[in-house]
Amino acid sequence: MGRTLAEKVWDDHVVRRAEGEPDLLYIDLHLLHEVTSPQAFDGLRKSGRQVRRLDLTIATEDHNTPTLDIDKPIADPVSRAQLETLRKNCAEFGVRLHPLGDVEQGVVHVVGPQLGLTQPGTTVVCGDSHTSTHGAFGALAFGIGTSQVEHVLATQTLPMVRPKTMAITVDGELPDGVTAKDLILAIIARIGTGGGQGYVLEYRGEAIEKLSMEARMTICNMSIEAGARAGMIAPDETTFAYLKGRPHAPEGADWDAAVEYWKTLRTDDDAEFDAEVVIDAAELSPFVTWGTNPGQGAPLSATVPDPASYEDASERFAAEKALEYMGLAAGQPLRSIKVDTVFVGSCTNGRIEDLRAAAEVLKGRKVADGVRMLVVPGSARVGLQAVSEGLDVVFKEAGAEWRHAGCSMCLGMNPDQLAPGERSASTSNRNFEGRQGKGGRTHLVSPQVAAATAVTGHLASPADLSADVPTPAGV
Amino acid sequence: MEAFTTHTGRAVPLRRSNVDTDQIIPAHWLKKVTRDGFEDGLFESWRKDPSFVLNQPERAGATVLVAGPDFGTGSSREHAVWALQNYGFKAVVSSRFADIFRGNSLKNGLLTVVLDQQIVDALWELTEQDPTAEVTVDLEAREVRAEGITASFELDENARWRLLNGLDDISLTLRDEQDISAYEAKRPSFKPRTLPV
Repeated sequence: MGRTLAEKVWDDHVVRRAEGEPDLLYIDLHLLHEVTSPQAFDGLRKSGRQVRRLDLTIATEDHNTPTLDIDKPIADPVSRAQLETLRKNCAEFGVRLHPLGDVEQGVVHVVGPQLGLTQPGTTVVCGDSHTSTHGAFGALAFGIGTSQVEHVLATQTLPMVRPKTMAITVDGELPDGVTAKDLILAIIARIGTGGGQGYVLEYRGEAIEKLSMEARMTICNMSIEAGARAGMIAPDETTFAYLKGRPHAPEGADWDAAVEYWKTLRTDDDAEFDAEVVIDAAELSPFVTWGTNPGQGAPLSATVPDPASYEDASERFAAEKALEYMGLAAGQPLRSIKVDTVFVGSCTNGRIEDLRAAAEVLKGRKVADGVRMLVVPGSARVGLQAVSEGLDVVFKEAGAEWRHAGCSMCLGMNPDQLAPGERSASTSNRNFEGRQGKGGRTHLVSPQVAAATAVTGHLASPADLSADVPTPAGV
Repeated sequence: MEAFTTHTGRAVPLRRSNVDTDQIIPAHWLKKVTRDGFEDGLFESWRKDPSFVLNQPERAGATVLVAGPDFGTGSSREHAVWALQNYGFKAVVSSRFADIFRGNSLKNGLLTVVLDQQIVDALWELTEQDPTAEVTVDLEAREVRAEGITASFELDENARWRLLNGLDDISLTLRDEQDISAYEAKRPSFKPRTLPV
């Protein structure tokens, strides 16, 4: 019988297999950041171990980094200590590090792909659940805990139980104005936050094949919000074109050998998935969340659901709690929800295409009075690219704040946070209680919806704006 | 890692589903660089509410957490496991755990036990009515026992063996170091490297 993409990549990395034990899996690329690594380095030090493969390991600073005044000492002493700990650990053990201020610094899941380190058929791990992002290249990529970070540092392997596979087939074409973010939010609402648990998801079908690499990363990034540790998309010409010429992409004969291998990384026609979900792309529209987990979402055109409409008692209770926390009433149109803050950025939607999409909506328009909009590029390189295209000017002229790269308000470990009761439209990945700041209320949206929301002051899509501003002549 | 064989203690019934790791330990606690001292951050936001179950005096010293489905979703932060352990929990019971959280818990000797929701319901009812009721989590017998409740649970044999013996994963893996070297010798040259060769 044929094998799925995930099974092929898995099989190619088995170092040791024994009955009744997890497979020992080789790890091709280990990404590190400051939050989940200190205790792992400490463990190495205590047991007198070294990093086995420095040439497969790379670190950057992202979660704690400020997005303003990055040339000044970091004000929060605890954040500063954590960054200093990473710097000390990398220096001591010899790990390549891109610190704050370095041109390659940025959110770890933006940095790996843009350097060309994330490649098809590789295994990629990081002490961060959004490592699933890298699956967009046909890599098997998953988040790990700190004990596993230490394990990979010491052995370059991980004992892992083979996951099941689930196909998410998206047939047809996404309608105009519907983005990868809308699609993944709709998928999570459909299968639930636990629906992917125990599975590797493979996104496939016509709508997926037509997506750019950056859009594919947005999809795979949020696999974890459906409970799946990893999400994958088979590599194709789009993938190869993205990689060609990147700093760490193979060259010459190695490139040819790599592409030959990469082309084998497709699910065989006779392979069987353990589960399959089919989505009709044509039925989708801009999608936003109303609750406190990423599965609590609905089309922007809908209303806040009535908790009483849920048959399952625990879902009903969760919806009641969510509405209470979010300060929303059942039946309220989602478009009527007013926001204080708009955040464009994160490993979900902080890449250049995301910034272009938001800028296109904002061009010639203004952020509504009383709304604060933060635009945080996913990496320093993305920031430079945006500046070279003049996007920073578009954002600033519209009244948005143009910041330096980092995780920023996605989780508010740095000073970019919501105040209690403040409400955001955010292009990030989690609307958990307090995620963006104590008492903060988060609506997950696409970059396009974020920008339109900034203009109107309430949840809106770009289509809602067309009446407000005439299209400039000649465009 | 401390070995886990069997444990008996009072329980905390947590009637919540989708308890994500941001609730278990909020992000601002992640700036610490040690594995201890996270107990005050456990469920920090909910603990501000005096009626929250962990704040009830009769729950002091409880060691078994009985939670709703999809416990530990979200961020991979192992700090969530450390926070539960620092607070004094030895075992967590739920009908479903998020994968990364489950892996983290078992690597630290915090036993995560999957039981049917009906059993979880029964444990909630028992321990809500009688806060002094004791719950036994027996890894040797793979059984959870409380007054009127006996339920067996699954845990793969390898994970169980490591927990029962408190074995360290890295040492176990390094016993097969020659297998790792053999694999490395066969890796294709086109695989990415972060440093010049």
